[in-house]
Amino acid sequence: MTKPKTLLDKIWKRHEITINPAGQSLLFIDRHFCHELSFHAFNMLEKRKMKVRHPSRTIAVADHYTPTTGEDAGDFKSLDRFKLYNTLKNNALEHNLNFLGLGDQRRGIIHVIGPEQGFSLPGTTIVCGDSHTATHGALGALAFGIGASDVSHVLATQTLWQPKPKKMRVIVKGFRPAYVSAKDIALSIIRHIGAAGGTGHVIEYAGPVISSLSIEERLTVCNMSIEAGARAGMIAPDETTYKWIEGRPHAPKNDNWEEAVSAWTLLKTDEGATFDKEYEIDGQLITPMVTWGTSPEDALPITGLVPDPLEETNAEKRANLKRKLDYMGLKPGTSLTDITVDRVFIGSCTNSRIEDLREAAAVAKGRSACVHSIVVPGSGLIKKQAEIEGLDKIFIEAGFDWRPAAGCSMCVGVNGDLVSPKERCVSTSNRNFRGRQGPDARTHLTGPAMAAAAAVTGKLTDVRSLQRN
Amino acid sequence: MVPFKTLKALAAPINQDNIDTDQILPARFLMMPRDQKYRTYLFRDLREDNNGLQTPDFFLNQKKFSKAQIIVAGRNFGCGSSREGAVFTLVDSGFRSVIAPSFGDIFYNNSFNNGLLPIVLPESLVKELQQFLINEAAPEITIDLESEQIFCEATSWVKFDIDPHRRERLLKGLDMIDYTQQFGEAINRYERDCLVDKKWL
Repeated sequence: MTKPKTLLDKIWKRHEITINPAGQSLLFIDRHFCHELSFHAFNMLEKRKMKVRHPSRTIAVADHYTPTTGEDAGDFKSLDRFKLYNTLKNNALEHNLNFLGLGDQRRGIIHVIGPEQGFSLPGTTIVCGDSHTATHGALGALAFGIGASDVSHVLATQTLWQPKPKKMRVIVKGFRPAYVSAKDIALSIIRHIGAAGGTGHVIEYAGPVISSLSIEERLTVCNMSIEAGARAGMIAPDETTYKWIEGRPHAPKNDNWEEAVSAWTLLKTDEGATFDKEYEIDGQLITPMVTWGTSPEDALPITGLVPDPLEETNAEKRANLKRKLDYMGLKPGTSLTDITVDRVFIGSCTNSRIEDLREAAAVAKGRSACVHSIVVPGSGLIKKQAEIEGLDKIFIEAGFDWRPAAGCSMCVGVNGDLVSPKERCVSTSNRNFRGRQGPDARTHLTGPAMAAAAAVTGKLTDVRSLQRN
Repeated sequence: MVPFKTLKALAAPINQDNIDTDQILPARFLMMPRDQKYRTYLFRDLREDNNGLQTPDFFLNQKKFSKAQIIVAGRNFGCGSSREGAVFTLVDSGFRSVIAPSFGDIFYNNSFNNGLLPIVLPESLVKELQQFLINEAAPEITIDLESEQIFCEATSWVKFDIDPHRRERLLKGLDMIDYTQQFGEAINRYERDCLVDKKWL
């Protein structure tokens, strides 16, 4: 009998071209996404006068620096940002890459449009010069972020050298209570294992709560893997996955579809396969979550209190905790639901898909935002779908700032959508790092319904308290 | 790439965990080309306050550490964003090595592409090193990559572990694309034999 294998083992083996004497594997890369900040990598290629080895396997998408107010050149309001866009476009044209540019409704955040277009498929290897590439693992792919030198290596060779990562499994057992979102599951996992808990590992998420998630929810969970320090996150493909992928523009068609699905059904961890680390989380105990500090591991149930440094016995930890609270402008012992906020951001590769917008709109409907709240769809097609469903109208009537153009926006702030110094923002993005949304900006991460709840109350709010009969 | 063999240099402590790459290189500098200004972005928002005034307790602003080439940091250094610019700005500022109990995986990987040596040591030892750096007037650490050891007066010789492939890359200043091209035959073979049953890609 052959040794039981994990999902990761199977994908790894399938892409291993060779192993060098030091034990690193040369992996074939099926799909590569690049964006405006890939210019370093194209410069490296240019210096060597090299061509892209497999242009059809790279998809260039502008998302980081694009405006959200519209898709015209004038919307950039910055020559430098517009130049970055043009550099990407020129590199894509010169190397004959797939390119999704302004005005193309398929354009959007890479980690949203990759799955949406069917570029990202089960069993594939996917890389991008962006740490949230782990998102695509939700479809049963091995997907991870890389730096500029590795991007140039992929462009030149369609391969990457990788040491075999360690394997971790996170099982979420039981069931998911009402009003608990995929984001709450992700934040609970990170709180449990820590921001460095996954270092050197690829996480496979499994268990009944994970299996019951929609693909959009799975994308949210895998997206946050990097915030637990993991190289990648993945979920074995199942019927939910196949149904979601079928018919997408780049999904296999006809005979190829049958063949693909029968290959994908083998992509699961065998009974008896072992992991380097395993965690089990009780789904019933997960509640709506919010972060209070400057690392995604600083997450608490919304019913909690701001931690007190005085209760920390270790001097160094006490000093670190105090530093976080000073930065966040928070007093120890404050009820999280007493914290007033200045603005809300609903969007990013974590939470900008149609289900996220529906969740937020359900809370916003018939209520009124009392702080500036922007909603940025993850792709042009999601924007279109939201408009078909009338979600845009719900947001606009509730006083939200509905943005007509997709992009990373206020998650990283480089397109000009910034949080001002000392402003407190409730954000559906993935990072609450110091200065992430702008210098001295204070970020509280939540799921989309919780963000909408904060928008209509002006405070961090337990979405369950807004329950309608 | 400049090979890395041995280094004896001044070292500086950052005794905080989870120093993410947004701290090392704030996002607003990401669009900048890599030129002589790149080093000025290093830790910008930790080094200066909102009004552009230097924050005196940040290590780079202390005279004693201004010429440091080694950083001894807390857990999970370089976590977060994949931006290789975080490594560029460290290297352009003269840093050759970072010692920490753990690193963000992507940062760790990016380091080797730029001749920066990340060294993983047990947390207790890292704390000991940091204390030494705080106590001494001009604290130096010696790193010998060949024998995988570091030395300082407080700890004497300490062994560290590093993947042999990555070690060799640094020792030789090996360029990865050149290296991979030696495997051109294997890549061609894979593409010919192993992609046929994945024609839907």
